[in-house]
Amino acid sequence: MRTVASQNIIAWLIRVMTYLIVFVIASIIIKIIWNGLPVINWEFLTTMPKRGGSEGGILPAIVGTMSLALGTIIVALPLGMATAIYLSEYATAGRFTRTVRLAIVTLAGVPSIVFGLFGLGLFVIFLRFGASIIAGCLTLACMILPIIIVSSEEALRSVPKSLREGSLALGATKWQTIYKNVLPYSMPGMLTGSILGIGRAAGETAPILLTVAAFYLPRLPKSIFDQVMALPYHLYVLATQHPDIEKVRPLQYATALVLLALVLGVNLVAILFRIHIRKKYRW
Amino acid sequence: MKAAWKEKAIRLILFATASTSILIVIGIFVFVGKEAGQFAIKPGLKELLGSRWMPVSFQKESFGLLPLITGSLLVTALATLITIPFGIGAAVYISELARPTEREILKPFIEVLASIPSVVIGFFGLVVLVPLIKSSFGLSTGLTALAGAVLLALMAIPTVVSISEDAIRSVPVSYKAASLALGASKMETIWKVTVPAALPGIVAAIMLGIGRVIGETMAVMMVTGNAAVITASPFDSVRTMTATIAAEMGEVAFGSTHYRALFCVGIVLLLATFGLNIIAQKFLKKYRMG
Repeated sequence: MRTVASQNIIAWLIRVMTYLIVFVIASIIIKIIWNGLPVINWEFLTTMPKRGGSEGGILPAIVGTMSLALGTIIVALPLGMATAIYLSEYATAGRFTRTVRLAIVTLAGVPSIVFGLFGLGLFVIFLRFGASIIAGCLTLACMILPIIIVSSEEALRSVPKSLREGSLALGATKWQTIYKNVLPYSMPGMLTGSILGIGRAAGETAPILLTVAAFYLPRLPKSIFDQVMALPYHLYVLATQHPDIEKVRPLQYATALVLLALVLGVNLVAILFRIHIRKKYRW
Repeated sequence: MKAAWKEKAIRLILFATASTSILIVIGIFVFVGKEAGQFAIKPGLKELLGSRWMPVSFQKESFGLLPLITGSLLVTALATLITIPFGIGAAVYISELARPTEREILKPFIEVLASIPSVVIGFFGLVVLVPLIKSSFGLSTGLTALAGAVLLALMAIPTVVSISEDAIRSVPVSYKAASLALGASKMETIWKVTVPAALPGIVAAIMLGIGRVIGETMAVMMVTGNAAVITASPFDSVRTMTATIAAEMGEVAFGSTHYRALFCVGIVLLLATFGLNIIAQKFLKKYRMG
């Protein structure tokens, strides 16, 4: 590192490394769009699969993934937000708060397949839900809970103290203050984090593999106790388990593209939403 | 009086919801541990120490975890070797060398990688990386530990870049100013002052990245070939702990020894990631205080 030349070489090296990462990301996205887009048409998106997934559309997988994402957020959102409100507004430094925080960090690090084992043991077998949408949603909800808690707490903490003090000074109770003066301003931020959570839930495969996903099920679910197909699992099945993998390659690309578009779309919404909020609220 | 009662009720409800996180963690340990415990009673934990994983056999099943653990370790170690230079390199470049607009584009773009579902990354590996490895190293199959490691590195890099970049940027400007004032060059300042000062944050980032790598299932299962053998060669096919659970759980009978053995694999995974996480949190705390 003594000479200018060697310093420049290192600077160039890390620049090349950075752009190599960018290149790989771009090539993943472009390759999937390039090969998937020609296959996608209205029929593909809105009809049932035929002959074990070799032909036909992917409607049940799309419906399955969307209902899983929706069910997951219905469970995880209230739980996550309430926990965040407790941590940011009520919690005092002490053993309970420390334990809750340790639990959240631990949950964030648990491998998704272990969530699958947990869901299988608790929801599918112990509570007798069987492999079903509800078992899958509850499992996924446990998995994305830390994402929602952490981002919601951040949103709550970014509301200035003066807003709370003003309300309390006027004689409002603690909950009135939170409900009327803190939540309205932090709600957009809390929702952003939740949207990111939905994206994660929609793309996960390992937990639903053990708790809900059907290999091939060409009909739509009727209740939350039904099994469903799901996009990520369908892609996995087509790409590795299908008897003629090369032949259904176009369908694999198309399924990958639909999944990618769904997940990146959800994330894009979250990012745009965040930019919008930052412009709207400046303290 | 009614208002005071309501306040108390709300406080209690929020307290109860906050406890659910703790309950879930306990629930995970209980429900994964329960089946693993049954295994410890019946064939006994000694069975897990064997060097052969052959859960389905006409003669004698064996449930040695060694090939699975070494499989996971090999893939994780290789992935870490790739992740560290790329992760830190990109973080240093983005925080110290990139122009402001370049930085505003690069960081979110790399973070997009984190949101691509692992099964899509696995699929990309299958159609692009596996044939590439096969042809460039002249192997009979490209489904190798190396392929898994490259994909896992791709998944760990956004975490490492994002957290390391934050850590590097939070180094006080006065450190750099002092170094530059003493006549050090820009690069000397980066490698001898800024990066060492941000080291706890960078270490934490790497730990969290490795945690993600060990727990990753789908991408690894799709490209590593899933042969349960003990090997140290990146060009061999391996089977990781996560892939074993995902691939075999669909075919086992509930309550069988094989079923319980898979929960034992789960417990090993759980403890490994739990340990890594605790260490990472220690380092993160250090850098947030420093």
